[in-house]
Amino acid sequence: MASEIKQGTLELVNHLPILQVITPMLIAPILVVLNNKTLSWLLSFLGALACLFISILLIQAVSDGSILTYYLGGWVPPIGIEYRIDAANAILLFLISIISTIVLIFSYSSLHAEIPEEKHTLFYSCFLLCLTGLLGVVATADIFNVFVFLEISSLSTYVLVAQGAYLDRRALSASFNYLIMGTIGATFFVIGIGYIYMATGSLNMMDIAERVNQLSDNRTIQAGFAFIVVGMGLKLAMVPLHVWLPNAYTFAPTVVTCFLAATATKVALYVLIRFVFSVFNYEDSFVNELFFLLLMPLAVIAMIAASVIAIFKQNLKKLLAYSSLAQIGYMLLGLSLMNQKGLASSLVHMVNHGFTKAALFMSLGAFMLKTKNVYIKSLRGLGKSMPFTSAAFVIGGLSLIGVPGTAGFISKWLLLEAALETGYWLVAILIIASSLFAVIYIWKIIEVLYFSESSEAYNEVSVLTLMPIWILALFCIFLGINTSLTVDVANMATEILFK
Amino acid sequence: MPIEFLIFLTVFSPAFVGGLNLIFSKKPNVRDTVTLLGALITFYFSVNIFLGFDGQATQYKLATIMPGIDISFHIEPLGIIFSLLASGLWILTHIYAIGYMRGAKEKNHSRFFFFFSVSIASVMGISFSGNLFTLFLFYEILTLITFPLVSHKGSTEALRGARVYLSILLGTSIGLQLLGIIWVYFSVDTLDFVKGGILKGSFGSFELILLVGLFAFGIGKAALFPFHRWLPAAMVAPTPVSALLHAVAVVKAGVFTVLKVGVYIFGVDSLSVSGATDWLTWLACFSILFASLIAMTKDNLKARLAYSTISQLAYVVLAFSLANSLGVLGGALQIVTHAFGKITLFMCAGSIYVATKKTNISDMRGLGKVMPITFLSFLIGAISIIGLPPMGGSWAKWFLLLSSLEADKQFVVLVLLISSLLNIAYLLPLVAKGFYLNPINQTEIKSFTEPSALVWLPPAITAGISFLLFFYVGYIRDFMINFGLVS
Repeated sequence: MASEIKQGTLELVNHLPILQVITPMLIAPILVVLNNKTLSWLLSFLGALACLFISILLIQAVSDGSILTYYLGGWVPPIGIEYRIDAANAILLFLISIISTIVLIFSYSSLHAEIPEEKHTLFYSCFLLCLTGLLGVVATADIFNVFVFLEISSLSTYVLVAQGAYLDRRALSASFNYLIMGTIGATFFVIGIGYIYMATGSLNMMDIAERVNQLSDNRTIQAGFAFIVVGMGLKLAMVPLHVWLPNAYTFAPTVVTCFLAATATKVALYVLIRFVFSVFNYEDSFVNELFFLLLMPLAVIAMIAASVIAIFKQNLKKLLAYSSLAQIGYMLLGLSLMNQKGLASSLVHMVNHGFTKAALFMSLGAFMLKTKNVYIKSLRGLGKSMPFTSAAFVIGGLSLIGVPGTAGFISKWLLLEAALETGYWLVAILIIASSLFAVIYIWKIIEVLYFSESSEAYNEVSVLTLMPIWILALFCIFLGINTSLTVDVANMATEILFK
Repeated sequence: MPIEFLIFLTVFSPAFVGGLNLIFSKKPNVRDTVTLLGALITFYFSVNIFLGFDGQATQYKLATIMPGIDISFHIEPLGIIFSLLASGLWILTHIYAIGYMRGAKEKNHSRFFFFFSVSIASVMGISFSGNLFTLFLFYEILTLITFPLVSHKGSTEALRGARVYLSILLGTSIGLQLLGIIWVYFSVDTLDFVKGGILKGSFGSFELILLVGLFAFGIGKAALFPFHRWLPAAMVAPTPVSALLHAVAVVKAGVFTVLKVGVYIFGVDSLSVSGATDWLTWLACFSILFASLIAMTKDNLKARLAYSTISQLAYVVLAFSLANSLGVLGGALQIVTHAFGKITLFMCAGSIYVATKKTNISDMRGLGKVMPITFLSFLIGAISIIGLPPMGGSWAKWFLLLSSLEADKQFVVLVLLISSLLNIAYLLPLVAKGFYLNPINQTEIKSFTEPSALVWLPPAITAGISFLLFFYVGYIRDFMINFGLVS
């Protein structure tokens, strides 16, 4: 594995890590100054597109196993802040960028229905800040910087969720609830960072990793780690710290739900992965026991319980939100198996589920544009009047179930293989049980779409709305057939993380 | 034409025809002619594969999903037989379906024919699958694609039936079969079909029993007890669907998969040495008798045929469990002869329905006098299912009897004999009632005649083939022996 570190020259590739993060950050205030809603949309879209372009360049640069670093302001770590891109975060950067680009295409038509026009500029500005935060969390190698970006993304997320209040006032309490929980999570996280700083005197991940190795069985470090796990557990909606998620997803505007469901929880999980492997010692018995005794059971409970709850939900956004909780369970499970295959399955599922859930939420959003309703009954017979949106929903649903030929199958296959390799037969059976529950709740919707008579006739949504939905749906199939983007990069990432 | 291209064409052309169905949805005559041509072309390609087959088990890789997991195809005798069977019967069923759908005034013809064609495409994919993953892929596609066909009527009853259909088929395949596949992959690092099996002793005797269970139950399409409930539930579908899909394509895809897994994953010899399928022999025997007994209680003709199918499918599972060459031969012949016999019976049932709207056997007294061709075809099909000479079905039973003797399981002989008697008891009364009993309502019966030739001709043809198979079964046997499938 080539593990060269590039630094110091003026070539563009060396500045990509920072460009990735600051592009949306620089555009955000410009929008507020311009205060024109069409221009805001256009600039946000171009910004996201630039991010996507950069993330593709980054993935190409690191796909051979090399690592790109960037010292902020030229200050050498551990004094200065370091950005560090390897295969593990490059793939996350790609996911975040592409989802934000696709979501922004969708927002052009859907935002009018949900938010008053004078608020659009501020909405896009917040959206870009949220994007900045998520990208920053992933790109940085400085643990305090992680906290800062996490807060940037969280604060803007609270605002974005609250925008749903123009349709349903309950968005306000959902957002408030999320604010309280999210802040508690952030507090835990920053306390954890404090402990680590106390014990090691450093904030740079690589630097801490070296020092932690010398301080084996240090109580302060262990307490810090526990705080970080709980803090991130809240952010990634690990059962039983998940209570904020269903309402936040349900009442946020569709655009926000799509974006959050596809990216936000994954970023929190990424932080957890990064801390376990690049900051702490994953071979440490404390870390291992924590994952084995605590996180694995919680992940399995999420997988089963959330799927069962989803079956009984009539509000479709809530149904998909609970399904997200179950899918987060899969990712957490892959991580808690603590082997290469498990971690790879976790990373692959982040990407696959990102596309799948975004496709589902977005086609649901398209239905809502027409029916103005999120309850399952309102979808009656839409399979006939909105054939393209319905077909995309079916593809997303099949991918969620994990039917072969779709993205979801790949991640499930890897996860099952990892569980068998570890010898956890029961876990493998429970994974399968959970996908059977997914069959039930997805099929419930498909049946209503295609096999019941509609009371009202609706037209298909515009081409501009269909395009992002279908890009996502095609990704669900593409990633199920060609896995060079997901599995190969994830394998490269696990090799780096497990070194 | 290179053979890999032919495989692609056989899989692709039915799907393409399905697409044309949607394009020509406003012109029924053009649409139905195009589909008929498509069926003929598909059959032509299958015949060409059969003629071009040289006995080489080459894998043709289409795409690599992950290292070690490919979509790949290969050609072997079982697959050739199955593809010829399905594509050949598609032609007849299509002709029949045109007559039936118009005669019975069903709605949404284009949707129906679209899904019908695409399901044939996935059957072709199943028959030429080169590894377990590809097989599983097409198996699942077939389940999903046939769902709209089962629920075609859209009534509450149809939806309920279709839901049972889907949940059992998806449940068993994801819950058990997928687990089996992953277990195989995890243990031997390959999923390719190789003659003689790929397990090579990497499973202990108890693990082998478990694995056999995962596949025997996980292949829900084989309708082995206790996962047989979907088959009667799926009978809410229009009769052409029941005829082709639930007497030929879907159920046969199930038992075909069972045989294929037996021959190319487990390996017949290692199965018979390990004795891992002994329990399955008992279960298959139970399934045979149990389903026959239930069939006797059913007055609805299609329901009776459905239970008869469950019983007959268990013959193939039995063949797999006997784990010897004769068994594989008997199983393959059972797939072929039962397909012709059962499709005849189903098409006759549909023919009676189109002509008289009657579905219950007790109402069919005296109908044989006004619909002689339909009832004669039914008789021939029934005799073939029962396994009496001079119909093709008798050979399948013959080889199964020999196979059970070779496997030293004499009780199977007894079970097969009882089953044949039960078949007589529930299949022949309809014919007897039709020809010999006087109708209850004399005036009503006079208004019935045979439906259009599109409806009565196809079952007459399949009945004729059932008869011919009795004399030409040797070709199938030689074909399988020459290419080393059985010895």
